[in-house]
Amino acid sequence: MTTRSSAAGYWIGFGVVLALLAVAPLVLPEFWRRFVTEILVWGLLAMSSDILIGYTGMVSFGHSAFFGLGMYGAAAALLTVRPPNLWLAIVYGLVGAGLVAVFVAYFSTRLRDIYFAITTLVFSQIFYVIIFTWTEVTGGENGLTFRQPPFAIPGLVSVPFTPVTLHWFILGVVVVSYVVLRRIMQSPFGKVLQAIRENEPRTRAIGYHVERYKIVAVMLSGLFAGLAGVLYAVQNKFTAPDFVFFLISGEVVIFNVMGGMGTLVGPVAGAAFFLVLREGLSRFWTEYYLIPVGLIFTAMVIFMPQGLLGFLKRRLNQ
Amino acid sequence: MAIPFDQILIQTVNGLVNGMILALVASGLTLIFGIMDIVNFAHGELVMLGGFTGATALAVTGSFWLALVAAVLTIALLGALLQATALRPLVGRDPLTTILATFGISLVLQKYALWQWGPSARKLQEPITGQFNLFYLEYPWYRVLTALLAAGIIGALYLFLRYGKYGIWIRAATQDRIMAQAMGIPVPLVHAVVFGIGASMAAASGVLFGPLGGVTQTMGADFTLRAFIVVVVGGMGNLGGSILASILISLIEAYASLVVSPAQAVIASFVVLILTQLFRPTGLFVPTPK
Repeated sequence: MTTRSSAAGYWIGFGVVLALLAVAPLVLPEFWRRFVTEILVWGLLAMSSDILIGYTGMVSFGHSAFFGLGMYGAAAALLTVRPPNLWLAIVYGLVGAGLVAVFVAYFSTRLRDIYFAITTLVFSQIFYVIIFTWTEVTGGENGLTFRQPPFAIPGLVSVPFTPVTLHWFILGVVVVSYVVLRRIMQSPFGKVLQAIRENEPRTRAIGYHVERYKIVAVMLSGLFAGLAGVLYAVQNKFTAPDFVFFLISGEVVIFNVMGGMGTLVGPVAGAAFFLVLREGLSRFWTEYYLIPVGLIFTAMVIFMPQGLLGFLKRRLNQ
Repeated sequence: MAIPFDQILIQTVNGLVNGMILALVASGLTLIFGIMDIVNFAHGELVMLGGFTGATALAVTGSFWLALVAAVLTIALLGALLQATALRPLVGRDPLTTILATFGISLVLQKYALWQWGPSARKLQEPITGQFNLFYLEYPWYRVLTALLAAGIIGALYLFLRYGKYGIWIRAATQDRIMAQAMGIPVPLVHAVVFGIGASMAAASGVLFGPLGGVTQTMGADFTLRAFIVVVVGGMGNLGGSILASILISLIEAYASLVVSPAQAVIASFVVLILTQLFRPTGLFVPTPK
């Protein structure tokens, strides 16, 4: 197959999936509409972590910190500025997640493999403890609730979100993020990250400043995770410390492994697969759904390390 | 703010006792890592399951020591089974895949405990109830006994690895897997047994901790995180280092909780971890690599 025709195949597939996701809220009942929107938000979070896990070869167990700080940043904007402004929420959320990402990136990128994983985990727990105990500002265990900002373009329109328009807005953000991240991963910068994944000493020997690339990768990943946090806050109108707890980071890793690391869309598919499994299984198993999901996950690590979309890896990355 | 001297001393004793329990958890973790390169994310869940098995066995037999033995044997078997089924296929793959696999196992084990034993905490009855006076406190002998027992188990492990025939097999399999196999050592079996030993040490600390803090199905993550911190601070795969690091971390947390709430005192140990990784990434208690 020539490159040209497979590139066309890629864009046709992209268009079909995009069209399906755009039509979904119009045909699905209320519950499933919400469900698809949530998949997109978790998918964006998983996609952001794929930059580290799949492309740079660093397993982050601390993505809940970026996600959570995005949520609390959005909450800060929506609670302090009147009237609530969507764009300001995004800016605050990105600043919050970005600051945390700088801090985490500076310390954790000096370490490799499991040491990186443990350090990111520890950092996310530090932020969890701070948010959990600093009740006056963060609402402590109860979190914060706020009103949903309207969709506004200054001087033009200001309309409140309906579930359908919110879905389209989130879909738009996720698709733009995907296209941007895909472009970045195909750029020379992205290629260096992949070189670090394949052979770090060699990349260093060629003359790349590996630490600097890793710091930028963690920050990029953290920013997009924060963006996912903002979207989640806007959709659900509350924040809670549970979203900073490392179980969320664990779920993000599960999304990546299930969907296929190093493909950007794989983790979104993984998030969808996980959430569908959870939805289906929790009807019979209530809170014990993690028993079968954990077994499936462990089996996939052993027998299917490429994940669901791993077989498409080559085509998705060209 | 002045802190009374006697409070500092009490916290020192508390820190030492907690440190020995933590050392028991961490030495199992470091044994598994040192010998198989497996980062066992499910280690805390094994502590938790050990505690629950102990609680059930205590209810059946009425004897704390029988319960301890029962829990240790059950969890050792479970650990060996886990290694043989889930982790053996991963030998030779990227160590990161073992993090993922054991993370999956930890989810299953935790929810299994919730299913089997419910969400409420179980407090085990301590086998000895005597107390002695430590300033204004009635300090229970049981706590001191726990520390001594933990030290005894770790000491026995050390002697076994140093002088026992199977201990020498284990060390041989660590140093050179292929050569050991060539000399007739059944390496896969050795790996399963080592995982079993590590798991049984976790189970023992779960039972010993039962009368102090109670057993809950959510305690695993906390133990895993602490044990990781200790193992990294002490130097991965270094038994002596993890014991010293356990005591150091527990003392620091005990002193920190004099000043701030216990929930915030955890941050002190996180800071120790981060500083260690920045300045001595190979661990505090190992010779500087040349």
